[in-house]
Amino acid sequence: MLRDITLGQYYQTESVLHRMDPRVKLAGTLIYMISLFLYKNLTAYILAFLFLLSVIKISKVPFKYMVKGLKTVMVLLFITSIFNIFYTKGEPLFTIWKFVITKEGVANAVYIMIRLSFLIIGSSLMTLTTTPNQLTDGLEKLLGPLKKIKVPVHEVSMMMSIALRFIPILMEETDKIMKAQMARGANFESKKLMEKIKAMVPLLVPLFISAFRRANDLAMAMEARCYQGGEGRTRMKPLVYKKIDYVAYGVLIIYVASVIICGRLIPIHLL
Amino acid sequence: MLLVVDHVSCIYGADTNMPVAALKDINLVIKEGEFIGLIGHTGSGKSTLVQHMNGLIKATDGAIYFHGQDIYDGDFDKKNLRSKVGLVFQYPEHQLFEVDVFSDVCFGPKNLGLPKKEVELRAYKALKQVGILDEYFYQSPFDLSGGQKRRVAIAGVLAMEPEVLILDEPTAGLDPKGRDEILSMIKNLQKEMGITVILVSHSMEDVAEYVDRIVVMNKGEILFNAEPKEVFKHYKQLEEIGLAAPAVTYIMEKCKEAGIPVSTEPTTIYEAKQEILKVLVQRK
Amino acid sequence: MGIIQTKNLVFEYIRRDEEGNVEGFTRAVDNVNLDIKQGDFIAVLGHNGSGKSTFAKHLNAILYPTEGAVFVDGKNTTKKDNLWDVRRTAGMVFQNPDNQIIGQVVEEDVGFGPENMGVPTKEIWERVEESLKAVGMYEYRKHSPNKLSGGQKQRVSIAGVLAMHPKCIILDEPTAMLDPKGRKEVIRAVRALNQVENITVILITHYMEEVIYADKVVVMDKGRVAMEGTPKEIFSKVDKLKELRLDVPQVTLLAHELKKSGVKLPDGILTTEEFVKELSKVFGNR
Repeated sequence: MLRDITLGQYYQTESVLHRMDPRVKLAGTLIYMISLFLYKNLTAYILAFLFLLSVIKISKVPFKYMVKGLKTVMVLLFITSIFNIFYTKGEPLFTIWKFVITKEGVANAVYIMIRLSFLIIGSSLMTLTTTPNQLTDGLEKLLGPLKKIKVPVHEVSMMMSIALRFIPILMEETDKIMKAQMARGANFESKKLMEKIKAMVPLLVPLFISAFRRANDLAMAMEARCYQGGEGRTRMKPLVYKKIDYVAYGVLIIYVASVIICGRLIPIHLL
Repeated sequence: MLLVVDHVSCIYGADTNMPVAALKDINLVIKEGEFIGLIGHTGSGKSTLVQHMNGLIKATDGAIYFHGQDIYDGDFDKKNLRSKVGLVFQYPEHQLFEVDVFSDVCFGPKNLGLPKKEVELRAYKALKQVGILDEYFYQSPFDLSGGQKRRVAIAGVLAMEPEVLILDEPTAGLDPKGRDEILSMIKNLQKEMGITVILVSHSMEDVAEYVDRIVVMNKGEILFNAEPKEVFKHYKQLEEIGLAAPAVTYIMEKCKEAGIPVSTEPTTIYEAKQEILKVLVQRK
Repeated sequence: MGIIQTKNLVFEYIRRDEEGNVEGFTRAVDNVNLDIKQGDFIAVLGHNGSGKSTFAKHLNAILYPTEGAVFVDGKNTTKKDNLWDVRRTAGMVFQNPDNQIIGQVVEEDVGFGPENMGVPTKEIWERVEESLKAVGMYEYRKHSPNKLSGGQKQRVSIAGVLAMHPKCIILDEPTAMLDPKGRKEVIRAVRALNQVENITVILITHYMEEVIYADKVVVMDKGRVAMEGTPKEIFSKVDKLKELRLDVPQVTLLAHELKKSGVKLPDGILTTEEFVKELSKVFGNR
C-alpha cells in the first residue's frame, strides 16, 4: 500500500546518528553522493558499500524497515538500468531479437544499479535519522550565506519540512478517497490508458481540495502561533557542533580520501 | 440471510515482524430489513469490519456470504457486491468531485453501466430521498453547507440502489439538529424503502433510539450482539472499554441507588419519563 | 475592562457569483458586545453556521472587524503594531488536530510558538516541559504526532498554545472531530488550565455536556448573541434552545419533560446528582 513508502520518514530510536548535527548528515549525504560518481570501478563501490553498511549499523534503523519502503523506487531503478543495457555500444555479448546486448552495456547497468541504490539508501538514511525540523534547521544554516543574495532560505526549508510532515497524512487520505470511490463503483484497475486517466479525476479532485483546505488551516494555525518568517526566531534545538560531529567530519574525510586513493591506484573493473 | 460474516479474521502487516490483528474470528448474521448499530471506540475494528462486507478489504481468514454466495468465489461479481452493499465513509463529503450536485450523484450508477436515463432517474430519486431540493441540483457541491454536502454524498451511494446501506459515523462533526435530521432520514430509508442499515458509531446515545440491534466491538472482537436494552444492562463493562451507555441509563441507575423504585430499563427520555411518572403515581 | 472586549463587532464578507461579480454581503457576525474577565471560563454555543467560529477568529486577529472593535488585554486588534501582542495574549486551538501540528515530534511542535516569539533556548525547554505536563502529555514528548489518538493530538495543540504563556485560550470546536474518550480528555485538560493556571478559556462548541462547567454561556444565532447567562439560566430555557437548533443535556431534558407533566422539579438541572437529589425530594414529600 501507499503508506508503506518510508522515503522521507523519520524513524524514532536512540543512536549516535540520530544525535548527530543535521549539518553533518546533510554534508555527509552530499559527499557520499559525490563519492559514488567519482570512479566507475568496483574498488570505489566496495568502499562505498562498507561505509554505507557501517552507517546503517550505527543508525539502529532495522534494515528490513528501510528496504520495505524502497521497493517501489527499486522497481524504477531496475527499469532504468535495463535501458542502459540496450543503449550502450560495445563488444556484443548476445542478441535478443533485434537488440544487441553488449558487455559494456551489462557492466553499465550493474554500475548504475549499484550507484543509484546506494544513493537512495544513503539519502533515506538521512531522513530516517533526522526529524524534518532538524533537517530544516540544518539546511537553513548550511545555505545561510545565500540569504545575502535574497534567496528565501528559511521559507524554502520550512516548506520542505511541512511537506514531509504531511506526506503520511495525504497518503492515508489518498487511500481513503480511493476506497470511497471504489465503493461507488469506480475502477482504478482499468488497463486502458484513457480510462485510467479518467478514473483519476474522482481521486485527484477531492485530494487537491483536501490538500488546499489543510494548507489553509495550517497557515492559519501557524500565524496564530506568531509565525512571521525567519526574522527574530530563536531555536529550541540550536545547532551546535559537538565532539561527535567533528569526529564524523573526520571519518567523512578519511572515507573520501580512501575512495580517491584506492579508486585511482588499485581499480578493479568488472570487465 | 442477507449477509453472513463467518469466522472472519483480518491481520494487517502479516508479512512483517509486527502483525496487527484488526479482526479476530468475527461471526455476524444480518437479516433483511434490520437496523443495526455497530459500536466501538476508535481502533476497535468496526471500520475494518464494514469494509470487509463490501469486499474492499479481503479477510485473512474466514468467509463472507451475500445472499448465500461466497464473495471470495472466483466468479463472484465484486462490482455488483459494492453496489448492493453501499458503504458511506466517514466525512463522505470529502469524496465529492463533480461540477454539480446532480452529476456527482450520477457517478455511482454510471459506473454500474446503466443507461443514461436510468442513471438520471436514480440520481433524482436518491437526491429526493435525502431531502435535497431541486434548486440545489445544478450548484457546485462545494457551495453547499456541511449538512447538505453530507446528504449529497449519501445520495451518491443510495443512487446505486443498495440492499444494505452501511454508514460510517454519518453524524461526525454535525451540530445536534443536523445529527437528528440525518439519523431520522436514515431511519426513514430503512422503514419506507426496506433497506437494511448498519450504522457505525461511537455514540450509544445516537443509536439507542433508532436501531433494532447493537453490536459492540472491542479490540477486533464482538463483545455484545443484542437488543439495545440488553446491551445497556452491561453499562459497567461498556465503561471499561471506553464506551458509555446512554445518559438515561445512568440517570435511572442513580435514581434506583438513591432509593427511588424505578426500573433501569429505559434508554430514551420518553421511556424514562413514563417510568418515573408511573412510579410517582403508584406512590400516591 | 476585561481581558477580551468586543464593541459592536460586525463582520461581513462579500459573496461573489461564478464570474466574480459581487452578489451581496453576508453578515457573519452581527453587533456582538462581550466583556470577558480574566480567569473566566466562557462557552460559546451555536449550531453550524451561527457565526461562532467567525467570531472566535476575531479574538486572535485572524479576522478583522468590518465595523466595531475587538480589544485583547486593552489592545485594539486592528492596529498592526498590536498584532503579535494580541496573538501572544490570546492563543487559539483549532478544530482539526492534524492541520495545526507543525512539528514531527511532539516537543518540537510545542516549541514552535516560543521559537517564533524569540524566547531564549533554555526557556523554550522549560516552557515545553511545563506545558506538556499541564496537559498530561509529557511522557509522549518524543513521539510522532501521527501516532497519537485524536484526543492526544488535541492536547498537544493546547500545550503548543500554552507554551506561549497566553492569558487567554480560545478553543474553536476542539472536540468536534474526536470520539467520546478524546472529548473527555480534552475538556478535562481545558478545565484544569482554567482552574489551576487561572487562564481565561473561551470554548466554542456544540456539545452541551462540555459547557455545564462554564462560568458563562453565550449562545449565538445568525451572527448575534441570542442568549447569555450561567449554564443553569441557559438550560432552563429548553424550548428556546431547541429553536436555535441546539440540544440540552439529557438529564436536563428529562427534568424538563417531567416538569411539563406536572412533577415539581426546579429549572435548569444540569447533573445527574442534582436530578436524583431533587427527585428524591419529590418522593420524600409524599
